[in-house]
Amino acid sequence: MSAPATGSPVAGASGAAAMDEHRPSVWRAALGMARTRVGIALAGLLGLVALVGPWLAPFGEQEFVDMPSTRDVPGTLLGTDYFGQDVLSRFLYGGRSILVLALAATALGVAMGSSLGMYAAYRRGRVDEAIMRALDVILSFPQVLLSLVVITMFGASAWLIVGTVALSTTPRVARIVRGAAISVVERDFIAAADALGEPRPRIVFAEILPNVAASVLVEANLRLTYAIGLIASLAFLGFTPNPNAANWGLMVQENRSSLAEQPWGTLLPTLAIALLTIGTGLIGDGLARATAGIDRGRAQD
Amino acid sequence: MVGERSGSTGGLVIEGLRVDVEATGHAVVDEVSLRVPAGRVLGLVGESGSGKTTVGLAVLGHARRGVRIARGEVRCAEVDVLALDDAGRRALRGGRVSYVPQDPASALNPALRIGVQLREVLEAHDFGGSSAAREARLAEMMAEVMLPGDADYLARYPHQLSGGQQQRVGLAMAFACRPSVLVLDEPTTGLDVSTQAHVLETVRDLTRRHGVAALYITHDLAVVADLADDVAVMYAGRIVERGTVRGIFAAPSHPYTRQLVAAAPDIAGKERIVGLVGRAPAPGRRPVGCAFAPRCSLATDECRAAFPPVVSVAADHEARCIHARPGALARPPLGASAAREEGNVTLSVEGLSASYTGVQVVHDVSFEVSRGECLAIVGESGSGKTTVSRCIGGLHKEWVGTVRLGWATLERDARRRALQQRLGIQYVFQNPYGSLNPRRTVGATIRRPLVLAGVDDATADRTVAETLERVALTASYANRYPDQLSGGERQRVAIARALAHRPDVLVCDEITSALDVVVQAAIVELLAALRRDLGLSMLFVTHNLPLVRSIADSVVVMSEGRIVERGSAARVIDAQQEEYTRRLISDTPSIVRALA
Amino acid sequence: MPIVKFVARRTLYGLASLVVVSVLIFAFTQAIPSDPAAAILGREATPESLDALREQFGLNDPLHVQFLHWIGGVLTGDLGTSFATQLPVADYIGPRVGNSLFLLLCGALASIPLSVAIGAYAALRRDRGFDTATSIGSLVLAAMPEFVVGTLLVMFLATNVAQWLPAVTYLEVGAPPWSDWSGLVLPVATLVISVAPYVARVMRASMVEVLESDYIEMARLKGMSERVVLWRHGFPNAVGPIFQVVALNLAYLAGGVVVVERLFNFPGIGSALADAVQTRDLPVMQFIALVIAAVYVLTNLLADLGTVLVTPRLRTRLR
Repeated sequence: MSAPATGSPVAGASGAAAMDEHRPSVWRAALGMARTRVGIALAGLLGLVALVGPWLAPFGEQEFVDMPSTRDVPGTLLGTDYFGQDVLSRFLYGGRSILVLALAATALGVAMGSSLGMYAAYRRGRVDEAIMRALDVILSFPQVLLSLVVITMFGASAWLIVGTVALSTTPRVARIVRGAAISVVERDFIAAADALGEPRPRIVFAEILPNVAASVLVEANLRLTYAIGLIASLAFLGFTPNPNAANWGLMVQENRSSLAEQPWGTLLPTLAIALLTIGTGLIGDGLARATAGIDRGRAQD
Repeated sequence: MVGERSGSTGGLVIEGLRVDVEATGHAVVDEVSLRVPAGRVLGLVGESGSGKTTVGLAVLGHARRGVRIARGEVRCAEVDVLALDDAGRRALRGGRVSYVPQDPASALNPALRIGVQLREVLEAHDFGGSSAAREARLAEMMAEVMLPGDADYLARYPHQLSGGQQQRVGLAMAFACRPSVLVLDEPTTGLDVSTQAHVLETVRDLTRRHGVAALYITHDLAVVADLADDVAVMYAGRIVERGTVRGIFAAPSHPYTRQLVAAAPDIAGKERIVGLVGRAPAPGRRPVGCAFAPRCSLATDECRAAFPPVVSVAADHEARCIHARPGALARPPLGASAAREEGNVTLSVEGLSASYTGVQVVHDVSFEVSRGECLAIVGESGSGKTTVSRCIGGLHKEWVGTVRLGWATLERDARRRALQQRLGIQYVFQNPYGSLNPRRTVGATIRRPLVLAGVDDATADRTVAETLERVALTASYANRYPDQLSGGERQRVAIARALAHRPDVLVCDEITSALDVVVQAAIVELLAALRRDLGLSMLFVTHNLPLVRSIADSVVVMSEGRIVERGSAARVIDAQQEEYTRRLISDTPSIVRALA
Repeated sequence: MPIVKFVARRTLYGLASLVVVSVLIFAFTQAIPSDPAAAILGREATPESLDALREQFGLNDPLHVQFLHWIGGVLTGDLGTSFATQLPVADYIGPRVGNSLFLLLCGALASIPLSVAIGAYAALRRDRGFDTATSIGSLVLAAMPEFVVGTLLVMFLATNVAQWLPAVTYLEVGAPPWSDWSGLVLPVATLVISVAPYVARVMRASMVEVLESDYIEMARLKGMSERVVLWRHGFPNAVGPIFQVVALNLAYLAGGVVVVERLFNFPGIGSALADAVQTRDLPVMQFIALVIAAVYVLTNLLADLGTVLVTPRLRTRLR
């Protein structure tokens, strides 16, 4: 990636010892910012809890331990929940499905959205209009509403939740990526590729994608933050693949009526979701700033 | 020193100005000293990044975000600008000192009517003391810049004005409070030559009439020769030479100025332009000694040790170079190219008419290009010249007519043309910053046409290396990314991509307009060498009529979508038949004519 | 009048998209595999009573007849009967629509001026204390889902830490929504916290871009005072993009109320929708979805109008 030191007739004649460095990647620039590192620490910690938590839980996911909603229960760290289950164990079990579903939904939604966005920007005209109008229709249903209607139709299976969240993510990603791609498409290297007759998929994925990758990355992070929030919100409203399974969103709903006696059952999952989304949010902001900084540098050429 | 020191009441004096990058403390400009007496125009010339705008803004006590005025003195009509507080500077700006921006389209507020924007200057400085006096001044201002001053016109928004009208509004705004000092920052960039001529005429008239000291910032030497009394040349943040217009252009003394003058194409010139490779170092990368030394053929160790002192070359003419000697660079005379093979037609265009969404913009255009010939299509913006070239390149699809490459008739859309035809016509774009994929190495970019043509890997590697050398780069450039290259190097890479698979025709669309003048000349020299060595046919699209002399055998002049005149380059420029061409040529500023 | 023409054209476009959306809503809800008649009658159902109920609801008609019947009803104010409550949908949902719109309005009125002010001020103080603090603060608040924000507010202000405000709304259906002021505070605060950061960030970005522009530099170089530079030259150019963002967020809020209303037991369309989804109450779901879509279309229409009115380049093109 770095500049070779060898001279050239031109550079040699000019003796320009200070050859410009190729600009660093977005990730490297983002890692230089404190907010990105804090974000990675938060999201990493909570992600780890969500993924390995089930193996650390002292009790079973649906194991009855003692009287419901009691704070001081011998043998437990944080007491019992509304159903007499161990709060800590429920917490350790309750993050995995949210995180996995959110990651899957984001990956799917970003892949569909960025492909459609880039293709619409590249083709412009009627193709662009058709794609974006169709996506606008999806956009006119609020995310929660869309998910509720679809889940009512077919039940709250894991794949359906992934599918609806991905579906509601797609138009939002497509809009942003299309916006970023439009300015790339207008540049002449795309015209040069067209004049050479490069295949269209190659133009989209080999010429345009590398130039909007930073925007896609930023958007993916933002969408992951919202997907975690949305999937947790659906669980809070009672829509989970398995109503008895531990789930951070559902835990808040289950335990909040006994907030005064046993705050842990609500506080723990609330904080977990908050810190996880704040973490991914901070990473996204670091990436966005890094991208903007790099673009600014380029604009000054 | 330029101008008289004694008795200069008013005028602009800059002494030892230094502007730093705030974060690093590196100098953007340093040791800048200038003197513009009242009633005179000083042309400040330099390439992009030389720091001329920074100097211009410092005259108003302004520094952009990220830089600060570190030291020096600026006096406008005896007022010490840098010693003023915020309120004092506000009173000065727009009152005693005015600024005319480079791009009026972005410098006028899109949300405010032009009347509001003009009146607020008068109000802020309480001009005339009464609103009646201000309205009278407003009407007078509009008349001075030859714009209608009625209420309807003043109620327009900037976007409802043409570029020339916008710049006139900018001038009216600048002259509103009868300033003593005026800074004009490339005010005619982007304007057509006829509009430019009118704006320059207005500037000349108003500065003389009102005894204004004007600092005219530009990269265009011919404009300076036409308008200014004195000239200062900037290179890498310092003034390297200054003198009268005649002194600088007839006897340039600093090696950089000599290159600059030798690189400037002139409509009335009889010599070829000569270029210079390399680029000026950016702030923070400038050497201890003379910043031009790395590109200078005369440089000695002494040049590299310390920045040279001021050397007086003649009366009112000094340069900062220990090797300074007055005298222009020797240049070869213009002459016809030997490469052209008359009758062996490579590209022919017959009855080409093109439209954008149904609106016809090109009407019945026909021409032929022989093997080894360079045909220039010249026209102002909106003349349809670029549309013609895009139709030939298969990038614009809404056209009728016949375009033939050799004997084969071409499809409208590049995608529907045969591979050999697509490779046979290669397009080089205007802006080298947009025509290379920034995420791909130079080598990968040049390889693509070869890969599409089915060339094997080893041959492709060898061809990439050879092509890079042909455009005067080295094979090691293949591993670099575009953001590691200068504008001139990028344009060489773009040309290399076009050459890689040995095309029949090269279509060059304004390929030097984004480049500095010495780099432009170097690219023109390269194109001449390529024609000579490869027998390449070329279509050279440009708005820059003076450049045509140095590059083309024959010329087609376009206006409003039609060809108005055609012929050999010498015939069209020296003995044009059409009124349109005659006006175009007379409106084009020229150093040769200015000195005559 | 070109502006009237523009509004008429945009309204037509909005109505057209509402028709498309209503077809989609109808198609979606019809695809729900359920027999409301069986759901309502439960175990006591006999084939005869089921059939009578299906006949009563028009469930035996062909789909397009059902659609026309439904859309005709919506247009004439006859919204059908709720399967679950057996009440006319208009009586059941009507007051709730009012409650939700009031909640939405309070949220919008509180968040928009606040966020525009914060965003504009942060842009002026770019990279200094206030800007950094609001940047981090808005980032943190914008990341959290509404129910997390609301739960934290309840813990801090209504239960565990302090008991200043009620944790839930005690609002009778049918009573005016402002009759329980204290119960409105937390729901409105939750909505504000979910929307304001986003609008503030866009406002900041827009203002920063304007402040970097050539015409702002030119205004300073003309000797304008900072006050004139900001309020005459800067602000009018910066608010343009805000209309679109506000519209987008109001539409988002229309979805967000589902969660917020559930959290605070607020009797609006959001909690009614969550109930209707659980009981598969088709007429209620269809109507609420249509109301939310109409809010979306209307806010977009207003945003387009607002953008055009503050942007001379667009406004003059109407002529």
